[in-house]
Amino acid sequence: MSKDNTSSKQEPSNTDEFIKGIWRDNPVFVQVLGMCPVLAVSNTAENALAMGLATAFVLLMSNILVSLLRNFIPKQVRIASYILIIATFVTVTDYAIQAISVELYKSLGAFISLIVVNCLILSRAEAFASKNTVGKSMLDALGMGLGFTFALFCLGAVRELLGNGSIFQFAIFPANFQNWIVMILPAGGFFTLAAWLLIINLIQTRKIKS
Amino acid sequence: MSKATKIEKQESSSSIKMLKAMLVIGILSALLIVSAYQLTLPRVQQLKAEALEKAIFKVLPGTISTQAFGINADGELTKLENGDKPESTYYAGYNKNEKLVGYAVDAAGQGYADIIRVLYGYDPKEQILIGFQVLESKETPGLGDKIEKDQRFLDNFKALDVSLTNDRKIKNKVITVKQGEKQNPWEIDGITGATISSRAIGKIIGISTAKDVPILFNNHKKIMDDSKPNEKQTENNE
Repeated sequence: MSKDNTSSKQEPSNTDEFIKGIWRDNPVFVQVLGMCPVLAVSNTAENALAMGLATAFVLLMSNILVSLLRNFIPKQVRIASYILIIATFVTVTDYAIQAISVELYKSLGAFISLIVVNCLILSRAEAFASKNTVGKSMLDALGMGLGFTFALFCLGAVRELLGNGSIFQFAIFPANFQNWIVMILPAGGFFTLAAWLLIINLIQTRKIKS
Repeated sequence: MSKATKIEKQESSSSIKMLKAMLVIGILSALLIVSAYQLTLPRVQQLKAEALEKAIFKVLPGTISTQAFGINADGELTKLENGDKPESTYYAGYNKNEKLVGYAVDAAGQGYADIIRVLYGYDPKEQILIGFQVLESKETPGLGDKIEKDQRFLDNFKALDVSLTNDRKIKNKVITVKQGEKQNPWEIDGITGATISSRAIGKIIGISTAKDVPILFNNHKKIMDDSKPNEKQTENNE
């Protein structure tokens, strides 16, 4: 069935598969997927970047494996298989982050294990990797992963700047700047996300009009 | 009839296929996880040991080597070999002349968000606490986490009185008071805006010092006698 689908439509180019995740179908700003880590660990630029890259890595690896095994996995057990594959790579990532830095592992905390239930990853496995070749799935995962990282970084940078007066712990504002504590608390995540969605939607509606 | 058997056959063959797929993926996953665990284990342990050592150096100023002690059934401290896992661990810190600086004690208790784990340094000669660091906490950023960063709060632990009575009990239990109301050397000046977290620290240290300081004090002479750390823990980490 999937084969019919792709052959009937015009095949999108490889660059298109890659670019779409970064801008047009950005997982956070357009699809609004995986909000739990987006809101929770985007309180500093560093955390946001680490979380984004960890998710991108899991996405890439699981997309590759799902795509490789796509003709081998029976339809009835595909979701269970995908979750198993995703959970495996999340566990691997969890150990890797522990080995990279204790500090980073502490600040990301439970959210590394929660990558398992990030619907972005499962949705890419189900909607894309299970129907496309390994190469295309890799491009799709890279694009989506980078798009996710980019979006998280946008949130993290703004929140850290306003909430702590710094980016990557380098002070940007003068010392007498009154930090907006609310921005590094969970509420700040909602404010920042809303502001970014507003900006992105504004840009896209303008584009359509013109 | 032939139709029925056909369907049955198809079903059983497809469930075998399902089973096979799940089995293969399961085995693959297990292999990946185990190898990732094995590969990262030495590095993770090394990082954890380094972090702990750094914390010990901080709470016992001037320390350059450490020795871990456990406690046996008679309440005596015994040197820990690699791999021992006692209930509570104490770390003796020695300075560059191999003289004992003090002991670092690991304590934990309920904070505002989750369990807070802290490490504090005890100087048995002066009978005071000389250092403090939060090892693990999930306190609210910007509010409760001031217990880790607020310099005024951390200054409480430069000379916090934990002296003992003659029958080896804590004279005055450590307690957190409201910000600016500290009057006695055993009180911790709290933080406005992190009331619960700073009180939790007072409680954790109060309970831990009441239990551990007498043990350390009683064993202090013995440890001083067979002092000189014959095996520096730092070496395997370098």
